[in-house]
Parts: sequence; C-alpha cells; structure tokens
Amino acid sequence: MGRITLDKVSKAFGDVEVIPPLDLTIEDGEFVVFVGPSGCGKSTLLRLIAGLEDVSGGEIRINGQDATQTPPAKRGLAMVFQSYALYPHMSVRKNIAFPMRMASMPKDEQDRRIEAAAKALNLTDYLDRRPGQLSGGQRQRVAIGRAIVREPDAFLFDEPLSNLDAALRVGMRLEISELHKRLTTTMVYVTHDQVEAMTMADKIVVLQAGRIEQVGSPMELYRTPRNVFVAGFIGSPKMNLLTGLEAEKHSATTIGIRPEHIAISSDSGTWKGTVGVSEHLGSDTFFHVTVEGFHDPLTVRASGEVALYYGDTIYLTPDLTHLHRFDAQGLRIA
Amino acid sequence: MATKHSRASARIMISPAVILLLGWMLIPLSMTLYFSFLRYNLLMPGMEEFTGLTNYKYFLTDPAFFAALTNTILLVCGVLLVTVIGGVFLALLLDQPFFGQGIVRILVIAPFFVMPTVSALVWKNMFMNPVNGLFAHLFKFFGLEPFDFLAQAPLASIIGIVSWQWLPFATLILLTAFQSLDQEQLEASEMDGAPWIKRFWFIMLPHLSRAITVVILIQTIFLLSVFAEILVTTNGGPGTASTNLTYLIYMQSLLQFDVGGGSAGGVVAIILANIVAIFLMRMIGKNLDA
Ligand SMILES: Nc1ncnc2c1ncn2[C@@H]1O[C@H](COP(=O)(O)OP(=O)(O)OP(=O)(O)O)[C@@H](O)[C@H]1O
Ligand SMILES: [Mg+2]
Repeated sequence: MGRITLDKVSKAFGDVEVIPPLDLTIEDGEFVVFVGPSGCGKSTLLRLIAGLEDVSGGEIRINGQDATQTPPAKRGLAMVFQSYALYPHMSVRKNIAFPMRMASMPKDEQDRRIEAAAKALNLTDYLDRRPGQLSGGQRQRVAIGRAIVREPDAFLFDEPLSNLDAALRVGMRLEISELHKRLTTTMVYVTHDQVEAMTMADKIVVLQAGRIEQVGSPMELYRTPRNVFVAGFIGSPKMNLLTGLEAEKHSATTIGIRPEHIAISSDSGTWKGTVGVSEHLGSDTFFHVTVEGFHDPLTVRASGEVALYYGDTIYLTPDLTHLHRFDAQGLRIA
Repeated sequence: MATKHSRASARIMISPAVILLLGWMLIPLSMTLYFSFLRYNLLMPGMEEFTGLTNYKYFLTDPAFFAALTNTILLVCGVLLVTVIGGVFLALLLDQPFFGQGIVRILVIAPFFVMPTVSALVWKNMFMNPVNGLFAHLFKFFGLEPFDFLAQAPLASIIGIVSWQWLPFATLILLTAFQSLDQEQLEASEMDGAPWIKRFWFIMLPHLSRAITVVILIQTIFLLSVFAEILVTTNGGPGTASTNLTYLIYMQSLLQFDVGGGSAGGVVAIILANIVAIFLMRMIGKNLDA
C-alpha cells in the first residue's frame, strides 16, 4: 500500500514561498513523475513528502493516516538521492544492509534480502566493494538496492539519472520502469527531463514556480495541454507556439502546433518559409523553418530522409485538427 | 612532469632544498650522537673523553627516566584523549547554525594563538593559584578547601593546560571535516531509520576518521616535546611527578651541566619518538590512504 495525499501543503523558506498551497493525490502503485524547469520546487516537494523538510502548512497523509509530523524513518518511504548518498566507508553489502540493521532485522532475513536485491540489480559481483570502486551506474543500482530491501510503501527518486551519461540513462530508465512493473510499488520520481517523464510515468505532474500546472497521463498532457506552459514544456522537440495575427485568425491569443502536425510541400501551402538548420535523426528529420512575419522559426518534422537543404523554399500546412488554441490567460480553449 | 627529462631536471631543481634540509637535520643529530659517547661536563671544560655507553647506562637506569617515560606517555595520551573527544564535541556544536557563530568560532580558536609560556603562566597564577586563583575563589564560595592543583595533581593540571591549548587545533580540523560531510548522506541515513546517535556513530565518525588521524599524528609530534608549560608551572616537580623526557634532558644537560648525559637522553628520546611514529603510522596511517 502506498497512497499519498497532499492536502493544501505549502512550504516557505523564511519569507519566500516556494510552494503555495497545493493538493495532489498519488494512488497506490502509481508511477508519478514531477517535472518542471529548474528551481520550480520539485525537490522541495519530494523532500516534504519524505519528511526531510517540515511543511509550512497543510497535511500529508500516507495510506489515509496523517503523517505530517511523522519523522522520515517512520513514514515507510525510501528515497534515492541524486548524489546516490552511499556511505563511502561501507561495502556495498553493508550499504544495502544499513536500513535493515537500523531496524534490527534478523541476520538471515537481511542476507536473504541482500541476495535478492543484488541479483535483481546485477550487483552480486560487487557486494564486497566500496562505493568508490564502482561506476556511476553501479552506484545508482546500489542506492536503489538500499531502497528496495526496506520494502517501502513508496519509493522517492530525486533526479536519480542526472549524473549518468546518455546511453546509461536510457538503460537505467528501462530498469527502473521494469522494477516498477515487477514490484508494483508506488514511485514518485523527480526529473527536469521531459523525455524521462513521458517514457516512465503513469501520471505526470507538471510544476512551475511551485504551482501544479497540470496532472495527467503522458498522452493526456501531450494531446490536451491545459495551458501554454504545459504545451511548451511537454514534447520534444517543442510545440511551435504562435501569437499575434496568425493566432487571431483562429480567434485565440496563442496557437500551438506540434512539429509532426505540419505538412511539407514544395509548391503550395498556408505558410511560405525558408529551410534553416536541419537535424537528421535517421528515422526523422527536423527542419527549422523561418517563415516571414513569424517571430521564431517553426520546427517541422519529416519522416525519414527528405531532400531539402539550407536555404530551400518550402510551403507548410498545419493540420487544423491538431491545432491547440489558448486564450489571453494562456488557458486552453476547448 | 612525466618524461625522463623533466623528472631529472626536477630532481636537480629541488636538490638545494633537500641538501639544506638534510644538513640542517644531520649535523645536529650527528653532534648529539657524538656528545652522547663523551664524558662531557660543562663544569670541567677540556676534560672530555670517550666513555662508550656509560652515559646511556646512567640515563636508562636513572629512576627518573622511567618516571619521565610514564609521564610523557600519560601526558600525550591524556591530551590526545581530551582534545579529540572535546574537539569532536565542540566541532559538532560549532557546526550548528546559531546566533553569533562567527565570533564564537574566533573565540574558540583564540587559545591557539597564545604562547605556551603565557598560557601556562595565566593558568598558574590566575586560575590554579591556591590563594588568589579563580578556582580557589570558586572552591571557597562553595565552602570547600582550595585545591592546590599544581602541587597535588601536577601532571593532570599540565594535561589540562596543554589540552586547553590544543583543543582549538583539533576543533578547527574536525569542524572542517564536519562541513565536508555530504548532507545527503545524513538525510539518507535518517530515512534509513538511524536515530541521531547511530548517525553519529555510523556516518559522522567514520567520515571524521581521517581528520582524527591527522589530529593525532600532528599533536603527538608536538606533545612529545612539551616543555615550556612544565618549566613555567611545576619545574617538573614535585619530585619527578610532572617531569617528561624533554624536561629530564633539560635538567640533565643544563641544570647539571652534563652535556654527555643530556645528549644520550636526547638520542633515547629520538629513538622513542621514532618507535611511536612507526607504531602510529602502522595503526592509523592507513586511514590516510584515499
Ligand atoms: N534551504 C533552502 N532555503 C531557501 N530556499 C531554498 C532552499 N531550498 C530550496 N530553496 C529554493 O526553493 C526553490 C525550489 O528549489 P528546488 O530545489 O525544489 O528546485 P528543483 O525544482 O528541484 O530544481 P532543480 O531541477 O534545479 O533541482 C528554489 O528557488 C530554491 O532557491
Ligand atoms: Mg532538485
């Protein structure tokens, strides 16, 4: 069981309100990702849930019980830190055993859980090494192992992959997702990388300046962003956002169109533009197209390889069924 | 700095310094060695003669030698114990955020800047004096008999004075070590269910072990040769109750004008210091390896 409810939770450091009162429910077994730009309060929110920071107001309930004043160790949550926070003078085995040792668990039960965790995380060969003798990915796995053996109600991850290189990040991303499928334990995961959010989450919470901008499944957020911020934040490459005359044509203040919803033609279309930089990814090609009268270049996706080069003139047609419209407050117009 | 050529020139470049230091060390050392085999008394100049190991025999069989050896060990261990434990405690306190932190830190470090002679005199006359000292007044205030520290517990009093001088050093080094402790490790252990005392024992102390090693090594070197504090306060007495090896050698060679005997004592002290050094490096030096 791992159902976490935040009820009007707020946090201020001195006079600065980092998190205004906020409501959120994390269901049992869910993989929830907090995503948002740097400094928006993701870590703070996670630390409030963990109990490493005191709330300034509101109530945190875990499995229906008020845990606002409960010390971190008693909340039944395990946390994986960005810096791994392994104990450098202890072997991997001792690191993993530490929470069980603190709970005075019988030795044979400890050993059993360590073996199981080591096997699941491919750490069996490294159990007697010190953290300093491991690679970044292995350290990350030890940190996860230390969390797993406690069999917590929920895991909390604070940007666990941001110290790893790109290839390893993709690998660990899959491993964590797999772990979640296997354990079906609630996981709360903080990242500023929207690709991680999209690929891993059951539910994404988009934060900005401590406020929740939108909560929903990755596809919900992708298809129907509630406001301009979410529209611009979710999706890679970013959604093209247009203001001014072009938006007024659709009776909106801002309109958005994703790169894959723009058709390319060499002779006719709604907008006429010049090809700028193109990014070839093999399966897709992204063109940055400068259109007369538009402030920013448009990003356009073409499947596979397309024979278009720097300086070529092309015509673009947006797919109007996938057009996103936003009003003056930046909110979505249905 | 890795090619053969650059290594060779590096050697040439540092050789003047090395030769200077070597001479600095070797010349007094060999002179001491030489004197220690002579019958050499300043009261009878020009009568020096080679006596073999006689000086050593007299020094080592002198009952004062064993008293001094015990006192040296007690002094070193006592001060180490007080400064390491007190230093950890003070560093823990100073690491907490509180009002006036900057000033308090400077105050804590201040004793280190006071010369040993001065601080010993201050302790002797202002605190421990059985008639006028603050402690005496304190005892009288509570209706107790004033305690003559330097007469009745001379070694313990000196340990107290020397500890007071070295506590800032230990505190300072341990404080920086505390500050370099990764906060996330503490938070992780907190989440792992470790109460404060276990966090201290399993996370903080191991993190401090290297700093404690440094404190012990450096302090031992200086504490083996404590001298001014004894000279100013007890003069090694009563009897030999507060005489350490350094002070014994001083008495031998300068108060009894026996240069030969003093030199033999010096050589014995060097050998003992090296034994201690090897012992220490064996025991705790491995803490320094990364
Ligand atoms: N101890 C603190 N005292 C004062 N302000 C703080 C403290 N911790 C965080 N803040 C402020 O709270 C805000 C949110 O910080 P937080 O660490 O939660 O950001 P974040 O979303 O995790 O960012 P990042 O992606 O860079 O890790 C920031 O503006 C930060 O300056
Ligand atoms: Mg953060």
